[in-house]
Amino acid sequence: MNFDDTPQEAAFRETARKWIEANAPKALHAELSKSSLGRIRLANHDIVEVGKAWQKKKFEGNWVCLHWPKEYGGRGATPIERVIWQQEEGVYGKLTQPFQIGEGMCGPTVMAFGSEAAKRRYLPKLASGEEIWCQLFSEPSAGSDVAGLRTRAEKKGDNWVVNGQKIWTSGAHYSDYGLLIARTDPNVPKHKGLTMFFLDMKSPGVEVRPIKQANGMQEFNEVYFTDVVIPDSQRLGAVGEGWSVSLTTLMNERMSIGARLATGLPEMFEFCSNLMLEDGLAIDDPAVRSKLASWAAKSSGLKYTSYRTISALSKGERPGPENSIGKLVSGIMLQDIATYAMDLQGAAGVLTGNDEETVQGQFQQMLLSSPSVRIAGGTDEILRNIIAERVLGLPGDIRVDKDVPYNKIPTKGR
Amino acid sequence: MNFDFSDDQKQLRDQARKFLAEKCSPKAVRVVLDGKAPYDKDLWKGLAEMGFLGVAIPEEFGGAGAGHLELCVIAEEMGRANAPVPFSSTVYLAAEALLIAGSEAQKKKWLPAIASGEAIGTLALFEGKGNPSPKNVKLTAANGVLNGVKKPVPDGAIADFAVVAARTGSSGRDADISLFLVDLKAGGVEVKGLTNLDPTRGQAEITFRDCKAEPLGAAGEGWGILTEVLDRAAVLCAFEQVGGADRALEMGRDYALDRIAFGRPIGSFQAVKHMLADMYVSATLARSNSYYGAWALSTNAAELPEAAAAARISATQAFQHCAKNNIQVHGGMGFTWEFDCHMYYRRANAMALGLGSLSYWEDQLIDRMRKKNAA
Repeated sequence: MNFDDTPQEAAFRETARKWIEANAPKALHAELSKSSLGRIRLANHDIVEVGKAWQKKKFEGNWVCLHWPKEYGGRGATPIERVIWQQEEGVYGKLTQPFQIGEGMCGPTVMAFGSEAAKRRYLPKLASGEEIWCQLFSEPSAGSDVAGLRTRAEKKGDNWVVNGQKIWTSGAHYSDYGLLIARTDPNVPKHKGLTMFFLDMKSPGVEVRPIKQANGMQEFNEVYFTDVVIPDSQRLGAVGEGWSVSLTTLMNERMSIGARLATGLPEMFEFCSNLMLEDGLAIDDPAVRSKLASWAAKSSGLKYTSYRTISALSKGERPGPENSIGKLVSGIMLQDIATYAMDLQGAAGVLTGNDEETVQGQFQQMLLSSPSVRIAGGTDEILRNIIAERVLGLPGDIRVDKDVPYNKIPTKGR
Repeated sequence: MNFDFSDDQKQLRDQARKFLAEKCSPKAVRVVLDGKAPYDKDLWKGLAEMGFLGVAIPEEFGGAGAGHLELCVIAEEMGRANAPVPFSSTVYLAAEALLIAGSEAQKKKWLPAIASGEAIGTLALFEGKGNPSPKNVKLTAANGVLNGVKKPVPDGAIADFAVVAARTGSSGRDADISLFLVDLKAGGVEVKGLTNLDPTRGQAEITFRDCKAEPLGAAGEGWGILTEVLDRAAVLCAFEQVGGADRALEMGRDYALDRIAFGRPIGSFQAVKHMLADMYVSATLARSNSYYGAWALSTNAAELPEAAAAARISATQAFQHCAKNNIQVHGGMGFTWEFDCHMYYRRANAMALGLGSLSYWEDQLIDRMRKKNAA
């Protein structure tokens, strides 16, 4: 048991470190180090713009999509090399936010199901950040039950005509391409009538509308499709096989191992270390200490769980299921920490402005944003189902709509 | 990075699991649970023969000289089997104290006897309610004799010797505490068994009356040694707790697959699935924290105090959580004496107190994190 790199890993790390040292946008380091939660906002720069510049530079140095084959813009690196890169990239990795969905989900799907011509045309530009991709899965009536989606694609000659609505699409407003799952046959059970496509987001009939979220921000979009034409050559996988294609996409989403999830613990520890209560520092209060210690143990548990996963990768093994707990633990923790920090602030805790008492409202912002962590990318409940079914081997839910043709499933307002 | 046990260590774990499955069935545990024996003597002998008791004791003192990572994997299996033997008091507490502070003669006398299963040892620290603290140590040592009462002493009624924390000063500082080694069969000692939450591991009250004792480690250094012993034991106990938590989770899962209600396995209901998923989450966090503790323990890393506290908290919470919800998954059957659920519930809650309670370790973790941040 040790935390050391193998000689090959150490050499790789050294190469990566030197390249980053010579090329990273160091002027942004301080600002990137500060913002740990949610979307990155930079005072004087557009994240997409600086992100694209960093992505392009990395692409030229052969440091993007490391695990992809070289001919598609990758480096042909091993999974552990990818993790080492992410560790070394550190806070600059936050600049890759606009590209993560493309790199993590859309790219691998195109790689698995696209034609050779499509792979050569789209993947290198996705990798270099020149073209940004988004993912069009969720709908207002199909979230956890995404297979219940309604957006229709109908075959007209060599094309498909799409009508419907998607929601929760991050980055749709700056994306060039989108990965779209749509219903091509409503007469068969819901999982069997879906097909996967990709489309140009500038196609006529595509309308992107930002969503004003519960936390007051606008980070996601609704995307409306009105008679949008997609050539059949942009279909991924067979007609009616969209569900199994989507599983590839989602599996890749959950493989993002290097990403450290924000828990709120460092912020909370610092806050309690400085907050003066009536009887002294908050961190000297037994009730505060007890909560803080439990959160600290959870946070270190997550950290060392990811180390176990990395170790498996390092040995060339397939990681175990333990990594599936990350978002479930950190989402709840963020929300609990925010609530408790505000409790300690007492009456002033209600303030969300630039107030000294609330450390500029950082926990208030955490409180308002944290519900989305527990919903996006699989709700807490879906994640528990996944653990129960795939890790513990418990039976799946009894699904009353499983063998019913989609258009016979009882629903509200279809 | 290789944050995992080696193939040899995993093989040792499998070997221990197989051995315990055979020699330490729930039926065997119940002999002790029902008060028919104070501990499982045959199992203790078997553990000695397998080399498990002395796995971390150097060869020159009769052990296998393997190391603490090896001891960790065995500890996990001891917890999983709910073994009714004085393993933790003898191996994690007494042997560790001897290894840290014992003189050559003391090590020669007791360590080989521990490894061979001839001697059971324990740590006599607590005096009634309260957590580990120098000010809770009232038993006095003067002129080579001890006077005072220790309780609860784990496995005190079956122990052959004890490491005893005693007051040798009154300055109000840690230096007031010294450790002593007492042969419990030699006189000046009165031992009384106490009923306790987990009858598979006994507790006792030991009264020392002008009892002869030899110093263990230098005078006035007792508290420092004790702190180290408790940290080391915290990691080892965490592995027992992880083993117990995993077993409780498994029992719950198996029952949920087997038990039919409302025409379907109860494991197909989300209320039950989610409870079991949450048990998996806490058991996984505990395992990962314990691995870090194992690394710190086996390398004598400066991170040990913080790692031990985090492992202790995480493993205590996980075992309590899994043992409690295992009963809940079982429903009424889980509340019968006949089902094994309560054995893990008892063990989980007794272990949560043994080295100092959860709140004590939470306090320790915060202190240690602050110290690190300040440094």
